[in-house]
Amino acid sequence: MAMLARLKVADEDIAEACEKLSRIVDFVDQLSQADTSGVVPMAHPLDQTQRLRPDAVTEPNNRDHVQQNASQVADGMYLVPKVIE
Amino acid sequence: MSVSDKPIYDRTMTELSRGLAAGDFSSVELTTALLDRIETLDGALNAVLTVTRDEALAAASAADDLRAAGDAGPLAGLPILHKDIFCTRGVRTSCGSKMLNTFIPPYDATVVERLAAAGAVMLGKTNMDEFAMGSSNETSFYGNVMNPWDLERSPGGSSGGSSAAVAARLTPVATGTDTGGSIRQPAALTGTVGIKPTYGRVSRYGMIAFASSLDQAGVITRSVEDAALVLGVMAGFDERDSTSIDQPVPDYVAELDTPLDGVRVGIVRQHFDEGLEAATGDQVRAALKTLEARGATLVDVDLPNLDQSVPTYYVVAPAECSSNLSRFDGIRFGYRAKDPEDLLDLYCRTRGEGFGAEVKRRILTGTYVLSAGYYDAYYLKAQQVRQLIADDFRKAFADVDVIAGPTAPTPAFRLGEKTDDPVTMYLNDIYTIGANLAGLPAMSVPCGFADGLPVGLHLVAPHFAESALMAVGHQYQLETDWHTRCPEDYR
Repeated sequence: MAMLARLKVADEDIAEACEKLSRIVDFVDQLSQADTSGVVPMAHPLDQTQRLRPDAVTEPNNRDHVQQNASQVADGMYLVPKVIE
Repeated sequence: MSVSDKPIYDRTMTELSRGLAAGDFSSVELTTALLDRIETLDGALNAVLTVTRDEALAAASAADDLRAAGDAGPLAGLPILHKDIFCTRGVRTSCGSKMLNTFIPPYDATVVERLAAAGAVMLGKTNMDEFAMGSSNETSFYGNVMNPWDLERSPGGSSGGSSAAVAARLTPVATGTDTGGSIRQPAALTGTVGIKPTYGRVSRYGMIAFASSLDQAGVITRSVEDAALVLGVMAGFDERDSTSIDQPVPDYVAELDTPLDGVRVGIVRQHFDEGLEAATGDQVRAALKTLEARGATLVDVDLPNLDQSVPTYYVVAPAECSSNLSRFDGIRFGYRAKDPEDLLDLYCRTRGEGFGAEVKRRILTGTYVLSAGYYDAYYLKAQQVRQLIADDFRKAFADVDVIAGPTAPTPAFRLGEKTDDPVTMYLNDIYTIGANLAGLPAMSVPCGFADGLPVGLHLVAPHFAESALMAVGHQYQLETDWHTRCPEDYR
């Protein structure tokens, strides 16, 4: 599960994490007692549908400003560890 | 005590607005007084993460100039603190997390932008549970907040920095967000007013997402009148939020005068069963009697699926959180792990080191309930039960105008008291979560004390009936003075 979530759980924390997660799953298991036959799952609390906007450019290019929050950039690009050998 | 006898820090925003208009003091004087108060008192509370002194004084000075020129906006020169979940251009926005410890947003949230455009002066940013996941403020990377009524107790969460700051008179008003009770529960635990409007009423643009179908911005104040004043500025359609609702915003302040005569107040029997602490229940029952004495009619209503609201929430909210928080990968912003072996190691260690224990638990819970083989049993099932809960409210509101009950089962609990068992902590939100699941507006109003600690009265109204909700709260405050009580060390 941690791998699916791309989350490293430290070895010494695994036992406690498992124990607390089990309690949460046991708790939400009481949902199985509810009779939901024929109930349509809720998609939106106000039955709204997603609004669409015209496909038009609305923002100026402020890449350099936005990239100030990144740890590693070069020539306007984000740097990551080598992916392709 | 007349308003002019009150210390400036003890005045509501409405009272301060009159003082500024009358020229009794300037915004620079007011802002300086509150900034100094934060500096002196917040060391013991840890409610404020960032103080924006220079920006605040510049904004106050500009507001004074505009007022002199006869061009003052509705909140001109009035102070406010923002929960550190709202992006503020050029001012660090941490969301209570190590992950965003150095994050400086390149833009303002719509809420921040609208309040600033109305003339409000931002004093700084408030502490909160990490990514708003918590009911006690103990999950913040920056340490927990102390409750001004008792420094050994929690101010509630996740908007605990905002509630503690308003209760301690560091500011008359602070913004908050509410996904399962994160405005109303801290308001109840600190003797302040907290309102979460209808889902879609206030823009979520620039508000860091936790569970997008439940998150809603609101405000913590000391009077319902102030809540009406500030919510009127915050609310309204925003094309930059795809779930924003295009509905006119009424004049909330004008509608506060609606009398209680003939208002039907629904009471849910399950709200008063064994889960509710006795002294808290007594205060809430006395508040209901006060509403009745002012002309309201109390009506029993039934919410048969109420017991399922907490388990439903703890499937839906973690599911949405696991998806929303996938954006924190160390590449474009936020914390980045050192010396990764490869890209996968960079992702896993960045998130493992950057997130705290509660956030990790919720991401893992969400990943589990969305994973193949479990999706139908948990996520789909929860969305069906969520529909049943919303239907219960719809049926109840055929007979009543508002539903009233306790906001939280107990007054403020001790720090550390509930950190061992996540489920015990989750049950603190049992009375507030239903309004989030159904997208309804809801509010907590101070209604007395149990063992010297504040108790909140919870009010819920139909979609877009914020006016009715606040009118009931305001009429109650005309009759009572709980909201004017100030913790002893902050008078």
